[in-house]
Order: sequence, then structure tokens, then C-alpha cells
Amino acid sequence: MRDLTSRALDTASALGASYADVRVVRRLEETINIKSGRLEGVAGGESEGFGVRVLVNGAWGFAASHHLGTDEADRVAAEAVRIAKASATALRNAVTLDARPAATGRYETPVEEDPFAVPLDRKIADLMAADEALRHVEGIAWTETVFGAQREVKTFAASDGSYTEQVITHVGAGLEANAIDGDEHQRRSYPDNGGAWASAGYEFIRGLDLAGNAERVASEARELLTAPPLPSGTRTIVLHPSQLYMQVHESCGHPTELDRAFGTEASYAGTSFLMPDMLGSFRYGSELCDIVADATVPGGLGSFGWDDEGVEAQCVPLIKEGIFVGYLSSRETAPRIGRQSGGAMRADGWNRIPLIRMTNVNLLPRDGMRFEDIVADTDDGLLFETNRSWSIDDRRLNFQFGTEVCREIKGGKVGRLYRNATYTGITYELWRSMDAVGDASSWRMWGTPNCGKGEPGQAGHVGHGVSGARFRNVRVGVVA
Amino acid sequence: MSATHGIGGDPEEALRLAREVVEAAESAGADEAEALVVAGESALTRFANSEIHQNVSSAEVYVNLRFVKGGRVGVANTGRMDAEGVRSLVERATAITAHVDELEAWPGLPGPEPFEPVTGAWSDGTAHATPELRAEGARAVIAAADEAGVTAYGSFSHEVEAYAVANSHGVGIAERRTNAQLLTVTMGPDKGTGYAEQCHVDATAIDAAAIGREAAQLARASANPVELVPGDYPVVLTSYAVVDVLDMLGYLGFTALAVQEERSFFEPGKRVASPLVSVADDSRDPAGLPVGFDAEGVPKRRLELLAEGVCRDLAYDVATAARAGVRSTGHGLPAPNPYGPFPTNMVMAAGDRSLDELIGGMERGLLVTRFWYTNPVHQKKVIITGMTRDGTFLVEGGRIVGPVRNLRFTESYLDVLAAVDAVSRERRCIKGFLGGSVVPAVRASSFTFTGVTADE
Repeated sequence: MRDLTSRALDTASALGASYADVRVVRRLEETINIKSGRLEGVAGGESEGFGVRVLVNGAWGFAASHHLGTDEADRVAAEAVRIAKASATALRNAVTLDARPAATGRYETPVEEDPFAVPLDRKIADLMAADEALRHVEGIAWTETVFGAQREVKTFAASDGSYTEQVITHVGAGLEANAIDGDEHQRRSYPDNGGAWASAGYEFIRGLDLAGNAERVASEARELLTAPPLPSGTRTIVLHPSQLYMQVHESCGHPTELDRAFGTEASYAGTSFLMPDMLGSFRYGSELCDIVADATVPGGLGSFGWDDEGVEAQCVPLIKEGIFVGYLSSRETAPRIGRQSGGAMRADGWNRIPLIRMTNVNLLPRDGMRFEDIVADTDDGLLFETNRSWSIDDRRLNFQFGTEVCREIKGGKVGRLYRNATYTGITYELWRSMDAVGDASSWRMWGTPNCGKGEPGQAGHVGHGVSGARFRNVRVGVVA
Repeated sequence: MSATHGIGGDPEEALRLAREVVEAAESAGADEAEALVVAGESALTRFANSEIHQNVSSAEVYVNLRFVKGGRVGVANTGRMDAEGVRSLVERATAITAHVDELEAWPGLPGPEPFEPVTGAWSDGTAHATPELRAEGARAVIAAADEAGVTAYGSFSHEVEAYAVANSHGVGIAERRTNAQLLTVTMGPDKGTGYAEQCHVDATAIDAAAIGREAAQLARASANPVELVPGDYPVVLTSYAVVDVLDMLGYLGFTALAVQEERSFFEPGKRVASPLVSVADDSRDPAGLPVGFDAEGVPKRRLELLAEGVCRDLAYDVATAARAGVRSTGHGLPAPNPYGPFPTNMVMAAGDRSLDELIGGMERGLLVTRFWYTNPVHQKKVIITGMTRDGTFLVEGGRIVGPVRNLRFTESYLDVLAAVDAVSRERRCIKGFLGGSVVPAVRASSFTFTGVTADE
């Protein structure tokens, strides 16, 4: 591998690059999809290639190829330099990178049971058992049970002498039951819409106990068909971790991406209402609100040894006791606010440039109340569980979420079920209204493997640790 | 971007590789095998704050093998095209097949059908596009923004692709395709934003300066937006917003799998939209981004999805067609495909009004440039929530009176199409979920806005 990386870096330097890096990535994927007891698809994927990123005259260029070879390394490096020179014809501010020590070493996701080594028929049997349990419940129109695994073997080398090797393994699985009556279609899933994902091995899948939760999930899907719609109003809401992590993702993770604040995602994903001059003073949330970007937490989809420009994994405070204090950042953007990179540059494979992405953006737990205590402490409220739909404006202020289930809380007891539940608001108004956060007993990592950003599009795997929380005076029951 | 290495944009080379993979699969014991090869090169120049900040190119190949033995189906894919890559691909697909059960209703891979090669899918202009051409386009947009006193953000991209499918039943079909897209968001100093986009098979046909001027003018016009009380308003939706309506209908309703799973609004003969709304899926329309066949090698048939507001045709792939006892319409996606078939080239019929006439016909309503971050709230009723973005304007007495702050909507797209009372003559080619759509602007008599964003 060093032959190829050295050749690419040498060629880039010889052609005028002041900085260059190269990533060689081999990605393996496996998916299993079962629908209503029918094995709908089993697929195994393999992708391999390398990408060369160069700085020439203060401008970026990037080129990539699936063909691994030293001659191709020359061609791709030269193409990257040519592209950078074209970039320089429309450049107003030359790029400078922060200083960091050359990165060297090896990192591997801790895996107890290699998901690619578990026999396929074993994995299919586990999913089939869960899917069958879903179908034990009468009145279910169709079911779906899925498994996925991804492994990236990644070598990073840079012209400053960095050389790292990483093996990152992610797995996920889940199930859903769908009930239909006329125009009404209700879906109930477990552990999450689209499955729960982690950086782990097959032991994570076994721990989900899909089959053990299937009958409950299917019963709830059927029950939702006859539940009343959630009435409109302003209510106290309690967000179960299965919804709270998406609230964190959309309304804290994305607006704290520093490239958005600088406008470089404006043409696609949008910008941010959190601007650098608000650092250290803007009240984002209540004093209970502590949010960090932590690439070191075990199990997170955003956990690694180094980011994709060789910055070591770290924990960066974003919100401290409700005050906005930090960003997800890169070597290019962090110096512009007088800081060092927070190590958040991540690329979706060999053929994409690294972008500022979430690592694991976590709402820290608070001692004092378990999640059950928060519910018991709520006289009149609503419990929202499992994300169903999500939307937020391009500056990450006005959001609206829907959940699969919503239950009334009266006198601290969970009661009647509502269907098609939604809540909406403005990001900082919601977080400022948070008056209870669950303790560590319900805190765990959640993750999404399909966070979209960038042009050309990239799907990011990002993690979120949450324990559940309560918010006051939230508008619910938005109707068309 | 000349295709000088690998397969590049050579369809015969892609078909040769597809056949090689099928033969290798058959030699490994497959009763049936299908190989899809997509090989090409893509490039994108991205600009922000009126300067280029990202600039990339990539040469890629994707080979997807469906290996069938005794009704057992395994799928594997690879990004390698060397002998070892093919060997590994076949080995993995074979291994999967050995571990899965026989499908109860395996319809078999399709056989060959008559195919008239599609015209207009390829442009030498795109095939030879360079980083310098993209930089020139970016500079033209930036110059238009500079002139208007606003800042430009956007991207200029193009790709060439060789697309080939071969299978054991004699399917051997290939074509080459190109496309290009330039889009820009412009932002002014007083919270004004604008948007414009152009897609074309030929990168050299993109009029970057015109796109820049259109977006810059919008950013100027939308400066200092005021808050409007949410509620029901008549609307004019530009093409950039209408494409989202079509995409959502395609995703939630026009696909046979959604109908078979009883989660679609679609019923043949049912009126769901105004008689002014006709939507076809026409992969040969030269105004779009033409393609000839799908990922299963089935030639694409023209579909009348909505004929004057009435549900007519559905998109089928081989599996859903077999369940329904009909032929595939050529709308299959690469296997394994849990999402079902998809209409990739939607074309909405033009009307007889100009955009100014659509606006002029509103006593009090809103002009919406585009939608953002839309997501289904109720799939079967196609109730969608999302935000307006990059220019939302209050119209009174048929004239634009000023910009308003972005609004949240929660609305059934079917109800919107039912309320359409005028359609524009002009249509645009805009990239949709999976292909190029050709869409006009529309006016609808009612649209429900449920919130407004903050002014932080």
C-alpha cells in the first residue's frame, strides 16, 4: 500500500502541491432483507479505490479512481493538481491548515463476533425468527426485518509524514410491522425506524433481542390503527431516547458544523443559525443541556482513531450548561475561529472528499432522575417514541418531527395511545424549555447510517448518545 | 473529462464485462445470472462565498451480479473490474445462494425485448468537459452575483456513464449516457436568498450566466423578509418546488410495490388531481435526461401516470409485474431492491400560461421558489411537511408585494394537485430523486402553511 500512497504524494508534490493526502479504502458490505417471511434480498458488496486531495496555490483539488496501481496513482495525483489549479482561478481566500503532529498508528473497532464471519444462514435464521414472531399477530399487512454490516479498511497518508491504518466495523438490524385499514397506514418498528446501528460486531445484533420484541411491536402497529389522532395544542412533552437522538441530530448536530456556519454547505444542506460570534454567549438551551461531539465513545457510529485528515479522535464540547461553546470542525475551518481542528472530517468512501460531519453528538445524562422518574414526575404530558418523520429548515431553526407512537401521561402514568403524532418548534426555544434529563441508566448510543450532506452526495454514519428528556410548552398535533 | 482509462463511457466495453461476469457465474453453476455494469467518470466543482472551495473528479465502476440457482437468489456487487474482482464477485454471490432458501415465486430473469436505441442520451460536450469549463461556469455565476451585490454558492457537475445489462436469457443491452447540472443559491446582505438550476445532457449547453442572474435577482428581491401568519393561501409553485411534488408521488404512489403493499393512493381510474395535471414517465423525452432501459435490462415503456388528473399506469419491475400478471415496464432498480420500481423520468404536461400570468391570477397568495427537507407525515394521503426556501413572496392583486420569511407547510400533495387551476407553458429539466424530470410551474387555489421560521 505504501507504494501507491508514496507515489501519489510524490507526484502531487512534484507537480506543485504544498500539501497532499491520499486515502485508500476497501469497503465490504452485507445486507439481508426479509419481507413478510420472504427472503427479499441478500447482497454482498465490495468497493475499493483511492482518493488524492491536494492543495495548490491555496486551492483544493481532489481526484479518485477505482483502479489501484502506481501508474494510476500518478494520473490521479496529476488530475487532482490540475483540478486545484482550476479552483485557484476562482479563489478569494487561500486555504491554510492548522498545525497538528503527524498521525501514525492503527485503530480497529472492538468486535467480539465478526459480523462477516457469522454464517449467513445463522443471520438469516435469526431474522426469520423475528419476522415470524411479528406475523404471529393478527391484522398485520406486511412485515420487514433487516440486517446490515459495513467494514472499511482504510489507509491514510499525507505529505507531512502521517500514515494511519484503520478497520471500522458497523452493524445494524431492526424490524417493523405495518398495519393498514383504508387510508390509514401505521408502522411500528424496533429498536428504531430503519434498525439500530452501532460500531460493533454481531454481539450487538444478538443483544437487540429482535424476536423478543416482535410481538409487542406488531400489536402496537395494529393498536395504532384505531387510536385517535393527536389533538392540536401546547403541551409538556417527554422524548424517549428513540426520538430524542433525532432531535439532537437535526437541531444540534447539524447547526454546530462549522462549514455550515461559513456557508460552504449553503447550496445543498444549508447554513446555520449558530454563528462564531455567538460562541461562549448564546443561550442555546437550559442549564441542563450539555452536548458534546465525542469520537472516542465505545459503540458510536462516529467513533474512530483518526478522522479523514489525520486528526486524532477527541471529545469536543458543543453546548455547556446551555451555552453554545463549540463546533464540529476541520483543519481548514478551526483556525478561522482561533482553534485547532476538533477532528470531524469524514468521507463516505474512497471517491469522496472528507467533509465536516458529526462524530457522536451526545446529550450527556444528568444525575438525579431516571427516565421512568421523568415520566412519573409529569402530571400532564405526552410521551413521543420512535422517529417516523423529520424536517428542519435550512438554518436549523424551525423543526417538525413525527413519531410512530405517542402516549398521554396523566398523573405520572402512561395512558392512551395517539396516532400520527407530531410536534414542532424553534430549536433554541425547545432546548431552553428542557427541564429534565434522564440519568445514565437509560443513556445509550443510537445511530443513523444515512445522514446526507455534500455535493456529490455523501451518506454519513453518525452516533448520538441520549437518555430521554422533558420539554415544556411545545406545540403538538400539527394537521394539514 | 475524456474517458481515457478503464471503461469510461464505452458501452461495448461495459457490455463485454457484463457478459464476462454472466459467463463466469454460469461456469460456477448458476442456472440464471444477470450482470449490471455501470462505469464512468464524474466531476463536480463547488463554490461558496463566491469562490471555488471544493473540486473533485472520480472514475468508478459498479458491477452487480444476480446469481440464481434452483430458485435461490444471491446478489453481490463490486467496484473492481479485474479478473480477481470478477472471481471474488462470483464467489460471494455463489456463497450467498448456497445459504438462502428457494424463493416461492421466483419469476425468472427477463428475456430480451425489442429495443430501439434512445437518442439524445449522450453529449460529446459533456464527455470532454474539463475542470476549466467548470471553473468558467462557476466564475460566470459569481460574476452575476457580484454585479447584483450578492454572494454565490453552488456546484457545476457532469458525468459520463456506460450502462450495460447482460443475462443468461440473451439480454445484452448497453448505452452511454451523460448529464450535467449547474445549481446556485445566492445570498444577499439583508437575508435575501435565491436559487436557480439547469440540467442538460450537454455540459456546454448550460447557461451559467443566466442561472447566476436568475438566482441573484431572487436574492435581491427577497431581502428583508417579513413574517406572515401561517394559514391557507393560494400558491404559485415554481418548477423547483413542483419537482418535489412529483418525486414524492413517485416514491409513495406510482410504484407497483406500494400498491401491492396497500400503502399507495393509486387506484387505476381514480381522480386524484385537477384535469390540468397530466404526468407521464417518458425516458425518451429529449427535454429530460434520456435513458433507454432499466437495471434489469428491460426497455423503458412510456407510462401515463396521471392522465388529466386520473390515475392510469403504474411503474413495474420484473418482480412486481410477475405478481400482478403483467409485463415489466422497465422501471427496475439494481437488485436486491426492497424499494420496488420507480418512475425515473417524470414529465408533467405544460399548460398555456406564463409564470407572470400565474402570479397575475392570484388575488392574495404566495409565490414559492422551492421546498426544502420534505418528509412524509402520512404516506397514503401523501401528507408532506417541509419548508419553503430561497425566495417566498406575498402576492396581492396579482403582483408581488414583497418577501416573507420561510414557512413550514404540512399539506397533502394530492390535495395540492387537486387544487391546481393553472399550469405554465415553460418547463424545466430538473434532477429528481433518481433521474431528470421535466416540470412546469403551477398555481393551486389552496395550500396549508403551518408554521414560520425564526428571525434569529
